[in-house]
Amino acid sequence: MIAKVWAIFRKDMLIELRTKDSLNAMLFFGIVVLVIFNFALEPVRESVRAAVPGVLWVAFAFAGTLGLNRMFAAEKENSCLQGLLMVPVDRGILYLGKMLAASVFMLLTEAVVFVFCLVFFNLTVWSEIPWLALIFLVGTLGFTSVGTLLSAVAANTRMREVLLPLILFPVVLPVIVNAVEATGIVLNTVDYGALRLPVTFMSVFTIVFTTVAYLLFDFVLED
Amino acid sequence: MGKSRLDNVLGVLVLVGVIVALYMAFLEAPRERTMGDLQRIFYFHVPAGMVGLLALAVNFVASVMYLVKKNRWWDSLAFSAAEIGVMFMTIVLVTGPIWAKPVWLVWWTWSPRLTSSLLLWMLYVAYLLIRNYVPDPDRRAATSAVFGIVAFIDAPIVWFSIRWWRDLHPSPMIETGGLAPEMRPALWTCAAAFLLLFIYLLRRRLFVETARQDVEMLSRRIEMLR
Repeated sequence: MIAKVWAIFRKDMLIELRTKDSLNAMLFFGIVVLVIFNFALEPVRESVRAAVPGVLWVAFAFAGTLGLNRMFAAEKENSCLQGLLMVPVDRGILYLGKMLAASVFMLLTEAVVFVFCLVFFNLTVWSEIPWLALIFLVGTLGFTSVGTLLSAVAANTRMREVLLPLILFPVVLPVIVNAVEATGIVLNTVDYGALRLPVTFMSVFTIVFTTVAYLLFDFVLED
Repeated sequence: MGKSRLDNVLGVLVLVGVIVALYMAFLEAPRERTMGDLQRIFYFHVPAGMVGLLALAVNFVASVMYLVKKNRWWDSLAFSAAEIGVMFMTIVLVTGPIWAKPVWLVWWTWSPRLTSSLLLWMLYVAYLLIRNYVPDPDRRAATSAVFGIVAFIDAPIVWFSIRWWRDLHPSPMIETGGLAPEMRPALWTCAAAFLLLFIYLLRRRLFVETARQDVEMLSRRIEMLR
């Protein structure tokens, strides 16, 4: 099963690394969001540090949505989806492979956007990095666990790209809330024990929705 | 299935129920000590919330049943329930701020109860949106059933994710027993009237939806014959 998931994952990674379609768009969009927030938060310049976790996760979520939109839209070109569906594996395997690929794209984007954020908002972090990496990882997995499923849902509709954020953001709100909370704890406090609750929550969310999506994925792909 | 005798009986029951509920809520129930007549919005706010949640639960069950049985009737039921559920949740979200403004001095506050109600409403508006944008009936049924299941699982998760936020909204008084006994008959009458209304609307909506699907199928057949 792992080999099959890996094959799907590798296919998506290869395509992306050769074209860099999604990654370029995601990165640039993430940075654009940061710049916009910089101006939006101008009136509260002094206390901007408190807003950074929120800004970061909005940028991640927007950039992530952009990437998720491409996941299935790209497969619709040249009937790639039909080919993919003919592969004799469980549909859940397709989901897991795609979800992993989406997570890796998002994490790469997050790493770069985060560096830009440090520069734009004049932050210095070193010892916090492992904690932030953990939070970004769980938060991203939570985001893509639902995101990959709903990306396939949106691909079924006439509105595709427009619809995904509308249906995805209400569902992933619990992840965003907890990710912002956890990032805020790391950036603005010293009491890391408080991290346990949001991180556990995001992990549970990821496990629940990965399972649900794994089971339901078959129904959203057309035969 | 046209308009059956049961529907007529239900219709009359709803009419009588609503009149009795209005009487109970506005005349029979005592005036609240601090909030005055304002508190009477409670008899509409709370039952609408209960029936709204029930409608969303119906949507969930029907969505699961559709994926298991692949019978279009379950899809129609899920859709009808979601639409009516959104309507009742809208009543909750409209009556809430009207009540909150004079009592809490704010229209809205991001308390757990308010936030999760709003999120719930958004999830099911998203559900209706998805249905709008899938042209193929079978695709539409499967896709929206999947989203219905995801939305229903998400609802309690939303609640637990923000539960520790400061809450201005009182906990359900029915659970805590904090509701004055004199107010209970009015509340339950209103809840019963809303429930009857829900069942009536659901049956009518289901009828319209199945009729619409029949027309859709027939016009397809005609299209094929040409």
